[in-house]
Amino acid sequence: MIPYLARRAVQAVGVLFGVSVITFLLAFLLPADPARMIAGRSATVATVENIRTQLGLDRPIHQQYVSYLGRLFQGDLGRSYAQRTDVNRIVKSRLAPTLQLALAGIFFELLIGVPAGIIAAIRRGTAVDQTVMTLAFVGVSAPQFVVGLLLIYFLAYLVPIFPLGGYGTWKHLVLPAIAVGLAGGGWYARVTRSAMVEVLRQDYVRTARAKGLLPNRVVFKHVLKNAVLPVVALIGLDIGVFMGGIVVVETVFGWPGIGQMIWQAIRLVDIPVIMGGVLVTALFVVVGNLVADLIYPVLDPRIRYT
Amino acid sequence: MSEPALGQPVAAAAVVDRAPRRKSWLRRFVEHRSGLVGLVGVVIVLVAALFAPLLAPHDPAHQYFDGLTIEGDPLPPSSTYLFGTDTLGRDLLSRVLFGARVSLLVGVLANGAAVLIGLIVGVSAGYFRGWVEVVLMRLTDVMTAFPALILAIALAAILRPSLWIVALVIALVNWVWIARAVYAQVLSTARREFVEAAGALGARTPRILGRYILPQLVSTLMVFGTLGISSTVLLEASLSFLGVGVQPPTPSWGGIINESQSYFLNAPWLVIFPGAAILIASLSFNLLGEALRDSLDLAERR
Repeated sequence: MIPYLARRAVQAVGVLFGVSVITFLLAFLLPADPARMIAGRSATVATVENIRTQLGLDRPIHQQYVSYLGRLFQGDLGRSYAQRTDVNRIVKSRLAPTLQLALAGIFFELLIGVPAGIIAAIRRGTAVDQTVMTLAFVGVSAPQFVVGLLLIYFLAYLVPIFPLGGYGTWKHLVLPAIAVGLAGGGWYARVTRSAMVEVLRQDYVRTARAKGLLPNRVVFKHVLKNAVLPVVALIGLDIGVFMGGIVVVETVFGWPGIGQMIWQAIRLVDIPVIMGGVLVTALFVVVGNLVADLIYPVLDPRIRYT
Repeated sequence: MSEPALGQPVAAAAVVDRAPRRKSWLRRFVEHRSGLVGLVGVVIVLVAALFAPLLAPHDPAHQYFDGLTIEGDPLPPSSTYLFGTDTLGRDLLSRVLFGARVSLLVGVLANGAAVLIGLIVGVSAGYFRGWVEVVLMRLTDVMTAFPALILAIALAAILRPSLWIVALVIALVNWVWIARAVYAQVLSTARREFVEAAGALGARTPRILGRYILPQLVSTLMVFGTLGISSTVLLEASLSFLGVGVQPPTPSWGGIINESQSYFLNAPWLVIFPGAAILIASLSFNLLGEALRDSLDLAERR
């Protein structure tokens, strides 16, 4: 187990290195001159050149990457061009809303998806099963921004229960979270259903039924515990992905998350923020994956990694 | 069919034992009701896209004088404008039909390119092994760390969005999961006796690849060829919605919604109709692909 953990950790670090390389290349290729952006519009050529030398932008690319990496290790993500603050601070200010939306989104995904999956599994092969699975497909195929816009229309405009968007109270959180939940719930429904179907076929379930246990008890006591495994792994993945920000939902609802931060930075060509945001995003995804992979043996002791 | 463990390569079709059951996959597909629904949906979308100039009642680019109210607001659906008009007085139905061309074209192109890239990467890694495998698989690991949309937005911003660039960007973002699945399948196929035998008999690499490995991949590629379009269409819609996809005035479903955002509360049809179009397209390809996967995957037991 420990050697596996070590290997996965090393692998994760390797991936993060690769991420930093690609992010750096991306920023390098962006069609903007950082020196000019910092200098401002009315600066002379001399000033721009000065800044360029100061920032070390005239050095060869591999040198720039090395110093970039060095700064990363010190936790320095640079300074934003658009706002005169450290990227660190900007990212930190976005963490809380992103986390809130991530958790709330997962909550709704579970709320919508898991019961649906259970029902479909129990009634597998029937019309109920087919209907539920088709709805799951619809959820997965629906464009998130359309769902979000429609939610705003019906629940914030026609019937003004919730605010039209923005950030502040728990009420602002509900609609975006539901938008996320409707789309992602489909996945959870399918995963729950197949996991349960798999478990329901097992011999120990037949034994429980043969013993005379009520079907409900069978479900909740035996089946769910074992079927929960892939769902938990999915949650781990989801947290990783969501912490990177869900750009589209955040844009529709004006939610100040990391996704929206990166999106605005791209429009302003605010390179340090873009790079910092993408890095943080990838970091969360990698960690989320790692946690998801490591949860398996914890939940199912039969799984053994060499 | 139980879901494969997350975090490990997904094999869309497990190692197959084809001989006796092969001829029945078509029959199994036909019995799959949702697959037929998906097929119908795909046909509808294709017809809309191909025959848009014939089906559209109006010119999608023409801004009608009577297409707006006196205050300059879009018109709701009526007998003249079946879907209503947009913010510039253009007929929404025509725009949605022509938008089908763009969105579908991008979706199919992007997915085709993604499948091609994924195929090359997966086969190279799975067959040639060695450092090729290590490098390529590490690359796919790194690529999966980036959320698709963020990467796509960044790439599109670098490359000045246009229809072809958008397709390219989506392909660059989407090839990874295909590569993983192809890699897993090639790994197991290349180990099998008939491939070893072919090599022992003196067959050289291109022949082995072409005659023995690739045919095993056909069903996997068929599944990805359809399933993938579902996600590429969604990606294109999201990119266009954010403004880094297909640029106006070229109509695309996401782009129409983007243009209509400020009017949307007063003119919800501007979101409902294109949104429904996106949903139908994505859902149909999804259902079709899943049905194909189910009917081709002989290891599955319901």
